Amino acid sequence: MSIWEYANPKKFTATVTPIIPWAFGIGLGLLVVGLIWGFFFTPAENRQGESVKIIYLHVPSAFLAINAWVMMLVASLIWVIRRHHVSALAAKAAAPVGMVMTVIALATGALWGQATWGTWWVWDPRLTSFLILFLFYLGYLALWEAIPDPDTAADLTAIMCIVGSVFAFLSRYAAIYWAQGLHQDASLSLDAEENVSDVFWQPLVLCLVAFGVLFVALVLLRTRTEIAKRRTLALQARQRRAEVRV
Amino acid sequence: MKAVFVRDLRLAFRAGGGFGLALAFFLIVVILVPFGVGPETAVLRRIAPGILWVAALLACLLSLDRIFALDFEDGSLPLLATAPVPLEGVVLAKAAAHWVVTGVPLACAAPALAFLLNMEGGAYLTLVMSLAIGTPALSMIGAFGAALTVGIKRGGLLLSLLVLPLYVPVLIFGASAVRRAADGLSVATPLLILGAITLVVVAVMPLAAAAVLRINLR
Repeated sequence: MSIWEYANPKKFTATVTPIIPWAFGIGLGLLVVGLIWGFFFTPAENRQGESVKIIYLHVPSAFLAINAWVMMLVASLIWVIRRHHVSALAAKAAAPVGMVMTVIALATGALWGQATWGTWWVWDPRLTSFLILFLFYLGYLALWEAIPDPDTAADLTAIMCIVGSVFAFLSRYAAIYWAQGLHQDASLSLDAEENVSDVFWQPLVLCLVAFGVLFVALVLLRTRTEIAKRRTLALQARQRRAEVRV
Repeated sequence: MKAVFVRDLRLAFRAGGGFGLALAFFLIVVILVPFGVGPETAVLRRIAPGILWVAALLACLLSLDRIFALDFEDGSLPLLATAPVPLEGVVLAKAAAHWVVTGVPLACAAPALAFLLNMEGGAYLTLVMSLAIGTPALSMIGAFGAALTVGIKRGGLLLSLLVLPLYVPVLIFGASAVRRAADGLSVATPLLILGAITLVVVAVMPLAAAAVLRINLR
């Protein structure tokens, strides 16, 4: 299996159509199990009390907010370098999902901050970086909307995504230079012995996987929709040309 | 390249607007701030570095869409793209002209406005230096944004939405240099990083901007 086979939109649609309902089912099922487990069957944390349970929404959404952008970057690079049409549409499809994830992360973070830090918002490097990431998503989507020709739009947004990635990365480190933070260090890293206490860790992993599977399902569905939209536009244009000729 | 640079400068100086407008905008924003935050000298003195940097950044933004839009409309941009000079060079020359028309006057005028805001005496030199080092990056990043939106009618708002997030690192290091100078601290680190950002942006951004222009001219 190579990704180049799926540059053919017909083949892509045929392959993903049976996958989508499964992905939605598995993602939603895992999410329900993970959230119920996390909300009702784990103890309250020693100092934070019940508010710790926001972690089951906050960490997965923050994780995806960043990784959706990374996925868009990779998809954009594949489009720019090898003209993989489906890849360009996948990048477009992932952007609104990533933006919603950013908003969820910011909103749940504000609720959590109010409960534990006593403030909805501080100009902490992590919080600020996320706000900037949100602006990048906004600009990316606005650029897609503003350009009528789909290929030009795909090209321009892809380059904007690549340049934006560099600046988003730079902004993150600039923000660390700029302010001290309240936010704790990364909750998830592969090299740590124990990231979060096991009681919270197991449902958290479940929620992370659920968010990941749901993200894949949403992106596949939206990509399929984009392909159908492009096809409709092309057919309409052909019909108009035919009418003019008659 | 030189010809493009000189031509853009002439257009900016002669064809009304461009040159003085950014400066006037800078002046007005800085004058509006005390009306907003109140006339206490101590408060203004504290926020002066940030105000001056943000105002300079906005003033820079104001004239960005002129970089390519006029040439795109009258058809000289396709001619420039097919000229023997590489398009990257044209972009660089145009960004440089934009910098001479906005960045340099902003850096020169900043001390006078800092005086109005009662900025700390020790920070004047750093203010001018940080603006002189940082504004080329602003012009170059802005040229990329202008190239991105050149084909879009009424793309001005979109241009600011795209460009302003890209300005964040420059703003952080530029303003922090002035703040540190006002507090009597060493300014070498932020100024050096600011210089590094400018150099990288000037070296790499013309490639991205030219690529984007080629797509728009297709």
